[in-house]
Amino acid sequence: MSQERLIQLETDILAKNDRYAAANRAILADREILTLNFVSSPGSGKTTLLCKTIEALGDQPLAVIEGDQQTANDADRIRATGAKAVQVNTGKGCHLDGHMVGHAMEHLKLANNSMLFIENVGNLVCPAGFDLGEDAKVAILSVTEGEDKPLKYPDMFTASRMALLNKVDLAPYCDVDLDLYEENLRRVNPSIEIIRVSARTGEGMDVWLQWLRDRLAQKAKPEAAE
Amino acid sequence: MHEMSLCEGIRTVIEDQARQHAFNGVKCVRVEIGRFSGVEKDALSFAFDVVMRGSVAEGATLEMIDLPGRAMCYDCIHEVEIENRLDPCPDCGGGKLMPVGGDEMRIKDLEVL
Ligand SMILES: Nc1nc2c(ncn2[C@@H]2O[C@H](COP(=O)(O)OP(=O)(O)O)[C@@H](O)[C@H]2O)c(=O)[nH]1
Ligand SMILES: [Mg+2]
Ligand SMILES: [Zn+2]
Repeated sequence: MSQERLIQLETDILAKNDRYAAANRAILADREILTLNFVSSPGSGKTTLLCKTIEALGDQPLAVIEGDQQTANDADRIRATGAKAVQVNTGKGCHLDGHMVGHAMEHLKLANNSMLFIENVGNLVCPAGFDLGEDAKVAILSVTEGEDKPLKYPDMFTASRMALLNKVDLAPYCDVDLDLYEENLRRVNPSIEIIRVSARTGEGMDVWLQWLRDRLAQKAKPEAAE
Repeated sequence: MHEMSLCEGIRTVIEDQARQHAFNGVKCVRVEIGRFSGVEKDALSFAFDVVMRGSVAEGATLEMIDLPGRAMCYDCIHEVEIENRLDPCPDCGGGKLMPVGGDEMRIKDLEVL
C-alpha cells in the first residue's frame, strides 16, 4: 500500500527573497527613501560614479551599501567622501539578496527622505533575478565593454530602468559607436532611459543628478489630509 | 548563474512543507522554468542533487517543465510568444520586444511519501 501523495505548490523558488525585499520596500516607502540598485560587470565604474555623484549632491542625506565578494575597499572609498557606507561581503555569492540588504539597512541609520545607493556585486547575470526592495535598477555600461553586451546579457538591461553609458571620455580612443550602444540597449528594453556620462570628466553628470532629484521628489508621499 | 542558491530556495520550501504536511521523503520535485529565466538546466540538476543531500528530499528526482517566452511587441502592440530573447516579432517582424513572461522559476508540486 503506497502512501504517495501530491502536494500542489505553485511557489516561486525565490519567494523567500521576495518576502525580504517586500519588507525592505515597505520600510523605504514609508520613510520616503529613494533606493537604487547599481548593477554592472566589474570595472564599469560603479564605485567611481557613486563617489562623484555623492560629491556633486553636496549635503543631500544619503547612504551606500557596497556589495563585493571580498574586501572592504569600496566602502572605504565611499566613506572618504563623507557618506555613510556599509560593506557586505557575499563570499562565494554572486549577488546581494533581500536579507543581506535588510541587515545592512539596520546598520545604516537611514535618514527620512534620503537616498540609498546599493552597489551590487559586479556581475551581469545573477543580480538581475534578486529583488532587494529598490525603486529601480540602474545599469552601468562602460564604453570599453563592447556594443554587443546588452545583446549578450539582456536580462540585466531588461530589468533596469536606467542605463548610464559611462567612460564616454574614452570613446575617441577605442573605436566605439555610442549610438549602437543605445540601439542595442533599446532592442532588449524599449523603455530604458539612457544617459551618456563620464565619471572622470563630469560629462553628463548634470542630467544624471537632475534625474536623481526628480526621483527623490516623486518618492515623497502625498501630504496627509487634515 | 546562481543555481546553488536556487536549490537552497527549493530546499527551504520543501523543509517548510515537510513540517506542515508531515512527510518523510520526496520522490519527485516538479519545477516550472521560463524560457527567459536564465536558468542553466544542467547546472540546476547538478546543484539539486548536491543541495538536497541530508534533507528530506535527498535522492528525489527533479523534473523541469519549460514555460514559453512571452513578449510585448512595441511596434504592433501584440503579446507574442518567442523562442529566443532576441527573436523578431512573429506577427510584424518588429525588433522592439519587452518580455512579459518567461522568467518563471516555480515549484509546481511535490510527490511525497
Ligand atoms: N577614463 C575613465 N575611467 C573611469 C571612469 N569611471 C571609472 N573609471 C575607472 O575604471 C576603473 C574601475 O572603476 P570602479 O569604480 O572601481 O568600477 P566598479 O568595479 O564598477 O566599481 C577605475 O580605474 C576607474 O578610475 C570614466 O568615466 N572614465
Ligand atoms: Mg566597485
Ligand atoms: Zn509586432
